[in-house]
Amino acid sequence: MFLATVAQQAEPNSFPLQLLIIFLAAALTDNILLTRFLGMCSFLAISRHMKTSIGLGIAVIFVTTFTAGINFLIYKYVLVPLGIEYLQLIIFIVVIAAFVQLVEMIIERFSQPLYFALGIFLPLITVNCAILGVSLFMLNKQGYGFWQSVTFGAGSGVGWLLAIVLMAGIREKVKEDKVPPGLRGSGITLIITGIIALAFIGFSGMIKF
Amino acid sequence: MSNLQLFAIGVGSLCLICGILAVLLVIADRYLNDYGECKISVNDGEKELNVKGGSSVLTTLKDEGLFIPSACGGRGSCGMCKLQVDAGGPPVLPTEEPHLSKEEMADNVRICCQIKVREDMEIRVPEELFSIKEYEGSVESITDLNHDIKLVRFALPEGEELNIIPGQYVQLQAPKYKKNPEPVYRAYSVASDPLDKTHVDLCIRLVPNGICTTYVFEHMKEGGPAVFNGPYGDFKLSETDKEMVFIAGGSGMAPFLSMLAHMKNEGIDRKVTYFFGARAKRDLICLDEMKAFEEAIPNFTFVPCLSEADPDDNWQGETGLVTTVMEKFFDDLSDKEAYLCGSPGMIDASVVALTGRGMKEENIFYDKFA
Repeated sequence: MFLATVAQQAEPNSFPLQLLIIFLAAALTDNILLTRFLGMCSFLAISRHMKTSIGLGIAVIFVTTFTAGINFLIYKYVLVPLGIEYLQLIIFIVVIAAFVQLVEMIIERFSQPLYFALGIFLPLITVNCAILGVSLFMLNKQGYGFWQSVTFGAGSGVGWLLAIVLMAGIREKVKEDKVPPGLRGSGITLIITGIIALAFIGFSGMIKF
Repeated sequence: MSNLQLFAIGVGSLCLICGILAVLLVIADRYLNDYGECKISVNDGEKELNVKGGSSVLTTLKDEGLFIPSACGGRGSCGMCKLQVDAGGPPVLPTEEPHLSKEEMADNVRICCQIKVREDMEIRVPEELFSIKEYEGSVESITDLNHDIKLVRFALPEGEELNIIPGQYVQLQAPKYKKNPEPVYRAYSVASDPLDKTHVDLCIRLVPNGICTTYVFEHMKEGGPAVFNGPYGDFKLSETDKEMVFIAGGSGMAPFLSMLAHMKNEGIDRKVTYFFGARAKRDLICLDEMKAFEEAIPNFTFVPCLSEADPDDNWQGETGLVTTVMEKFFDDLSDKEAYLCGSPGMIDASVVALTGRGMKEENIFYDKFA
């Protein structure tokens, strides 16, 4: 509601505002993990501890932001001119995998502290479907330019971080609880994820775009 | 544009993009991932390894012939490949934390698949890992213990010895044969007397369609070659004087044969009751050996239990499930230890029965074979 009012009052073409709306929509209403259930495998595996969840979440933000930008440029300046848009899926995968590897090697070499805080998570998310999802979904959005795509990437990453941090908080509590044996681990986590997802879908009732 | 041209553009640009990225990665790997030659000193210089830096400690050591047990193959999910890194390791990584206790962290224990070799290192490896080796031995004899279990005795190659702690296992290789396109390894507990260092006995039960057991039952011949590596595992007798309960049926008897031989050799007189679960008389194995152990070890009792005895069996002994019989023997297990070997189902049921009689979980030791 707040967003909707802001959006109506402000100039419809105001560029920073447009970016803000894209960002918030990607992080909350369109949360890639909770509304589309992408990136579940690392979400389930890593959300056991708060510290690792934050590290992995930041790594995801970093990678979604950059790969959204790179993939947008490749799409616009390579795939479209050559008329080979149908190859987007495979090319995006290759680009993401190569980018992640490259970044990992670079930070490992040049900044040890950064590597230990963030770099070790990179191999875990090379094949994270949320990251590929961001690159593919941004092409479905009407009229996204370079900056809109980058913002969409960053927003989706922040949404993913938000989801995994929420989950880690809950799981640290659930650890103490008596969960029926059959539901321990992934079972109860998936049920909790479903409940959080319902809450997040509630957000989409707040803005229309 | 013709279809052919479209096809050429598609394939061409795909190859080009992948090619560019691959070249980029190769160049980066060459210049960024080059840590030069590093020296790893194992156990205070007992062994000096000169290795190429850049890969994980686990794979580097494996290339040097030092096998650290690892179940997940280096993905950081099993937490088995622990060793002590005294110098040259990075701070504890978040991917290691879930597997390490506070005491272990203070002791420099690390998950060695997660850390890379980038400088000279000092590491400490449990002595017994040095002895993990691959042996190209031969099959000395194959004996039927009952209708579906065979005792296979392997001879080590001339001049080599295998030191096992009773309870440990080896991995036996099933080579390529008709139904098996690639060599695979399967784990079997060692059943032989630990004093006999030139032979390895394994109890192998036929698993219908099992790759390795089919090989043993249908293709393995006395005198033929056999490849195995080991020893692995930390299933062993504790160093206390507590009374012990053994529970195992079928080929799960293997580690206990070795443990009992050890107790006989060393004159260990801890009280032991061994519950052996079977369906009918035809499933029982090694009754003569057990009788001999009962005579040689004063405090040892062997209790075979039949759950579905045939009327023809004329069975005078215990009947019912092995857990029920165990419960009949003991009211209070709080000061005793249990050793289990068998299928996950049997172990889980036994753990429930044992804890139900007051046994502490930390006093239950087992080897689970799926």
